[in-house]
Amino acid sequence: MKSAAILFAIFASCSVAQPQQIVVGSKRFTESYVLGEIAKTALQNAGFTVEHKQGMGGTIILWQALRGGEIALYPEYTGTITEEILKTKHPLSTDRMRALLRQEGIGMTGELGFNNTYALVMRRDRAAKLGISKISDLRNHPELNIGVTHEFLDRQDGWVPLTTRYGLQMHNVRGIDHALGYAALATGSIDLKDAYSTDAKIAENDLIVLDDDLHFFPQYKAVFLYRLDMESRAVATMEKLVGTLDEARMRRLNSEAERTKNYALAAALYFGQKPISPSNDLFGKIGRWTLRHLELVGASLFLGIIVGIPLGIRASRPGQVSNFILATSGVVQTIPSLALLALLVPLPFFGISPVTAIFALFLYSLLPIVRNTATGLQDIPTAVRESAAALGLEPHAQLWKVFLPLASRTILAGVKTSAIIDVGTATLAALIGVGGLGEPIISGLNLNDYSTILQGAIPAALLALLVQFFFDGLDRIFVPKGLRLKE
Amino acid sequence: MIELESVSKRFGATIALYETDLCIDAGRTTVLIGPSGCGKSTILRLIIGLLEPTTGTIRIEGQRVSESSVLALRRRIGYVIQEGGLFAHLTAAQNVLLMAKHLNQPARQMQTRLRELCELTHFPENALTRYPVELSGGQRQRVSLMRALMLQPNVLLLDEPLGALDPMVRARLQDELKEIFQRLQQTIVLVTHDMAEAGFFANVIVLLNEGRVVQSGTLDDLRSRPASTFVRDFLHAQRGLAAI
Ligand SMILES: Nc1ncnc2c1ncn2[C@@H]1O[C@H](COP(=O)(O)OP(=O)(O)OP(=O)(O)O)[C@@H](O)[C@H]1O
Ligand SMILES: [Mg+2]
Repeated sequence: MKSAAILFAIFASCSVAQPQQIVVGSKRFTESYVLGEIAKTALQNAGFTVEHKQGMGGTIILWQALRGGEIALYPEYTGTITEEILKTKHPLSTDRMRALLRQEGIGMTGELGFNNTYALVMRRDRAAKLGISKISDLRNHPELNIGVTHEFLDRQDGWVPLTTRYGLQMHNVRGIDHALGYAALATGSIDLKDAYSTDAKIAENDLIVLDDDLHFFPQYKAVFLYRLDMESRAVATMEKLVGTLDEARMRRLNSEAERTKNYALAAALYFGQKPISPSNDLFGKIGRWTLRHLELVGASLFLGIIVGIPLGIRASRPGQVSNFILATSGVVQTIPSLALLALLVPLPFFGISPVTAIFALFLYSLLPIVRNTATGLQDIPTAVRESAAALGLEPHAQLWKVFLPLASRTILAGVKTSAIIDVGTATLAALIGVGGLGEPIISGLNLNDYSTILQGAIPAALLALLVQFFFDGLDRIFVPKGLRLKE
Repeated sequence: MIELESVSKRFGATIALYETDLCIDAGRTTVLIGPSGCGKSTILRLIIGLLEPTTGTIRIEGQRVSESSVLALRRRIGYVIQEGGLFAHLTAAQNVLLMAKHLNQPARQMQTRLRELCELTHFPENALTRYPVELSGGQRQRVSLMRALMLQPNVLLLDEPLGALDPMVRARLQDELKEIFQRLQQTIVLVTHDMAEAGFFANVIVLLNEGRVVQSGTLDDLRSRPASTFVRDFLHAQRGLAAI
């Protein structure tokens, strides 16, 4: 109960909520970032204070965050709302969709205009030469080399049902990574791949989208989902965006965003204005990520110490309880970090929040601290143990005045190991939208952009080194001089 | 006076001490001797309450050693062991003063006592700020002895206090220790496996074998009236005894 309260206090201090602020969320891909920035700018222009939490995660995470009130709105697609959020197989009318969302306390704006659905793309010159402009034209070209993403190969609305609907019998089909697929198209090693209809690469690589003449692909019209308790003036502001973005325009904004990595700039392009605050301040961003990273590591390590050392003290005594403590903290360590996060997120009290990340990191930090505390104490020679007892010191005084100082070096080494593990593992916190240096790493991986990856990876590596030095310095403070003289 | 009444100690299958009655006189030096593993250290550990007897009771000056009395009793007993058992993170002075500080004794009283003890044990005062690793074996034993004597105990238990020292230092410390014993006039129980050392210190020698007291008395008693062939063999095995 007490530790729950502490966790809560830490959580509260991590996310300082200001009352009048509107928080916009976005998913972790370029278009969502841009739409998030557009929403932010529109609301700012209407006089609101707005924060944009960029690239928080996938659909489930954004939906949970919206329902939990962590964000007030985020861009979504009608197809996703039907299939992943409302989980129905059949297309829903807009009114039906609104009614179902309303039951969850969520509202939906009108459609922004463009349809970001799956599409099949080819190089313009190749398509012209073969006389292909729509999907049904493919029936006459079973020899084409098809390279589609693995996800598209597997999806319910993907490759297999598509070929059934169109009666296609293509001979050469293989799965290929999305980014690599564009390169393969350019070199001509494949002729056709899947894409999103607003993909910036379509404009950049001079590709054409084959017409879905049998209307196979579901509609993924962009809308904003918002909490019904959002101010009505903010809702009205968002409704003004309805019908203002067609595919071509969205593609251009996406292309601009990918080229400059500046989503605010792309949004500004939409409004035809200069960005209000160029969020291009790289050092500021790295500083904020690092600070959040340190918060996560610091809070989890602190918990690890105040829980791990007492557990280690208990585990230093022989017996079943000790075996249990050591075995349990060992098992926790072997759970892959992704799996641990995935297990924690659905639990009550955890969810998509820093608490979850801190708790997971805390669990990882336990083993080195518990084990080192236990071994450090067990390694104290019997002669020293008996001398402390024989002096007439009470058991707790023996522990505080003799045993813990003697074991201090080993315990500190355990804390250091935990800290370094935490610095590394905390990068995964970005997967549940908690931020930290994992944020640029993961969005860089998603956008296939190495410079963004490095913006997180380099500071994270430096941070680990710094932690190492920091603890070497602590050695001089926490380890009594008499123990350091041995070297 | 220390009394052991039907005291035995068993560790799982091994019996370290069979049921034993033993009376250790106040104000005299009693030496426990016997072959390795005969139960000497076990008796000291039982007296200071580091071990609980399997059967029987132990009384120190009439007070029974029990869970509730053990802390107070330990503070009236000094305990010195072969390896010294010094605390590596504390200086010599801090080792000696640890318990007095824990009991909040006045600083001046502690310093006076510390100087007294340095003089008594011939420990150089300027080495008091050194850590155990910076001390010689002999100096470490002196610190260990000072620590045991700090609270002016009525009883001093020493488990092979000179065992780890080279012969020269050992001989010198034997002399000094005997002088200290004579000045203190305390109840002293000393463990050794060296009969010459036993004869040198003891008012009473208690000879043990395989967890039992075989004979107790002065060295002369043991020599002239051995209770068994073991006693004779044990004395015989200790060379150079004739010199005493
Ligand atoms: N904690 C323990 N667990 C199990 N057996 C023990 C333990 N302590 C002592 N013993 C056993 O009890 C017996 C007596 O041990 P003790 O330490 O009293 O011998 P000792 O006479 O002091 O020998 P030494 O001269 O070698 O120090 C030995 O057989 C020893 O192995
Ligand atoms: Mg012994």
